[in-house]
Amino acid sequence: MPVTQNMNQLKPTVLAKNDADEVPAISVQGLVKTFGHSSNQITALDDVSIDIQQNEFFTLLGPSGCGKTTLLRLIAGFELPDSGTVLLHGEGIEHLPPHMRPVNTVFQSYALFPHISVADNIGFGLRMLGWDKAKITNAVEKMLDMVRLSDLANRQPDQLSGGQQQRVALARALAPAPRVLLLDEPLAALDLKLRKEMQIELKRLQDQTGITFVFVTHDQEEALTMSDRIAVMSAGRVLQVGQPKEIYNAPEHRFVADFIGDINVLPGQVKHRQNGKLVVMIAGGSEVHLPDDGIQSDSLFVAVRPEKATLAKSGTGALSGVVNNIVFFGSGTNIHVSLSDGVDFVVQTQGSETGLSLGDAVSVNFADSAAKVLRN
Amino acid sequence: MASTDQDISLSASETLAHARRVDAQRKTRARWILLSPALILIGLFGLMPLSITLVYSFLKPGSFGGVEWVFSLDAYIQFIAQRDIFDDTLSVNWSYLSIFSRSIGLSLGATIGALILGFPTAYFIASKPADQRNFWLFLITLPFWTNLLIRTYAMLLIIRDQGVINTGLMSLGITEAPIEILYTDTAVFIGLIYSYLPFMVLPLYASLEKLDLRLIEAAYDLYASRFRVLTNVILPLAKPGIVAGCILVFIPGLGAYITPELLGGGKKLMIGNLIAIQFGSSRNWPFGSAAALILMAVVMVALLLYVRHSAKEGHSHG
Repeated sequence: MPVTQNMNQLKPTVLAKNDADEVPAISVQGLVKTFGHSSNQITALDDVSIDIQQNEFFTLLGPSGCGKTTLLRLIAGFELPDSGTVLLHGEGIEHLPPHMRPVNTVFQSYALFPHISVADNIGFGLRMLGWDKAKITNAVEKMLDMVRLSDLANRQPDQLSGGQQQRVALARALAPAPRVLLLDEPLAALDLKLRKEMQIELKRLQDQTGITFVFVTHDQEEALTMSDRIAVMSAGRVLQVGQPKEIYNAPEHRFVADFIGDINVLPGQVKHRQNGKLVVMIAGGSEVHLPDDGIQSDSLFVAVRPEKATLAKSGTGALSGVVNNIVFFGSGTNIHVSLSDGVDFVVQTQGSETGLSLGDAVSVNFADSAAKVLRN
Repeated sequence: MASTDQDISLSASETLAHARRVDAQRKTRARWILLSPALILIGLFGLMPLSITLVYSFLKPGSFGGVEWVFSLDAYIQFIAQRDIFDDTLSVNWSYLSIFSRSIGLSLGATIGALILGFPTAYFIASKPADQRNFWLFLITLPFWTNLLIRTYAMLLIIRDQGVINTGLMSLGITEAPIEILYTDTAVFIGLIYSYLPFMVLPLYASLEKLDLRLIEAAYDLYASRFRVLTNVILPLAKPGIVAGCILVFIPGLGAYITPELLGGGKKLMIGNLIAIQFGSSRNWPFGSAAALILMAVVMVALLLYVRHSAKEGHSHG
């Protein structure tokens, strides 16, 4: 039984990530899950298939209600799929109850047992697995050390701060050395500073234990900073799976572009196609040349990140407009430009001095390579 | 100028302190006025009868009921010992002690029975969607719409030899002769469980309803089987409800009167019946008072022991 594996036997750090030869740690195929009855049925997961590699930090990202938590609960075994399979290291586990699956969950609410001490919380899974006492004590000490809570072993959970409770929840879920650790928005309840610390802590723990992490969040920044790969979900579907850079720089879908960071989305019309290039007429009358990836429709959307665009004197650029808002946010300034057809376009600049004031007429420029075609 | 400023600020702070004092006095007065109706009720109908009982238990019985105002410990002695009518020597009298221990045994049994029946019921209600729970709680409280006496008579009709159970069993050919239930300890036991079950279910429900279902999921996720989720998570967390339910069943069960009177046929006495007899046909008010106080003392000691124990446990957690 893999779950009874001792912490010592765990592969330490530095493991080849995304090794194509390896069996995926988790492979879900054609998962469908609906809630409710015929009249008011909600489809939480609509034919979802994902492969999560071993030792990967994999993030399910999406707004609330997109099905990411349902997917996590299906992997943990709290819900059973209507159809589809869940493979853990190649073995079908979709029929097993949660206590038979060698995966552990870190809950959003931590769900620490209030009636037992921190050490007993961490040792709970090991006791249930029937480890002998000395081994449990040993493992618990190691886990306490790993999450830096050795001083608080005998406290009750309600005597800990939010961040400490979070670390106990992590230690409790990691103690039985699960094949896969599932994390359901574990940082959502923490304040910003603590959240940043825990993000680093989580990455460290993942490196140290070599356990596959499946992380659920609605925070795109968190997803970008922590993940090896991200799956962006919306309305029960997986829209795009890729490394953070791919997701950010090359969103394939309008929803993904909108959800990950700030982006300007402009409606456009295909003027003509030639030599694998699309010549697209965008609002304001300028042309952009984009790679043709086989999109059929003639009306589409073109996306440009705010930091990829620049401003110039009126009449010198592709798009013209009027400055209608200047928002300083610390490391830079966002300049909102109202384009001639009324669309709002945001340009991000470094620093706080822009030399612009409201009502100035300006031109917006961006390279063809900065523009992306989005599927609607 | 500076000194004047100081004077003003000093007198201002004095005024403030005075205002605070007056305000505090007013609050104290208001508190006592608001508490007084309850205090008067408790004093008049709680403490006074208790004091009378206490005083009576140390007097001699009057020949036609009531008491003779002569100090005596006979009532307490009578409870544990009997005086030989010829040579006045004392020997242990088991008859009252056995009634006492039977009462404790029956009440304890009924408490355990009610817990076993009540826990799944309470869990069932607590696991219903929030908008349906009130309906199920309403069903639990439904028996209270009818007087306990009437319900106990109904029970009598069900379990007697010609009752629904026995005629049913006989017509099905399961038994030839009726099973004797009425006027046995079993009848009292069943009656006690029936009478006090709601008092078990309600506090159990109150603690199970607060139970965080995610804790159950967490335990289940950490390799606990259903049974171990129950023993390791649900039961410990429902402990306050279990304790409250047990107290609410055990204590009234111990002093039960109607149930043993009707279902026990007056032959199988419990303390409640013993006390009633002393104030009725036996005309021994001091003995009745003493029995009532002994019962109360036992219950109080048991509760104090429990409170001490749980306080210690709570402290070790702290």
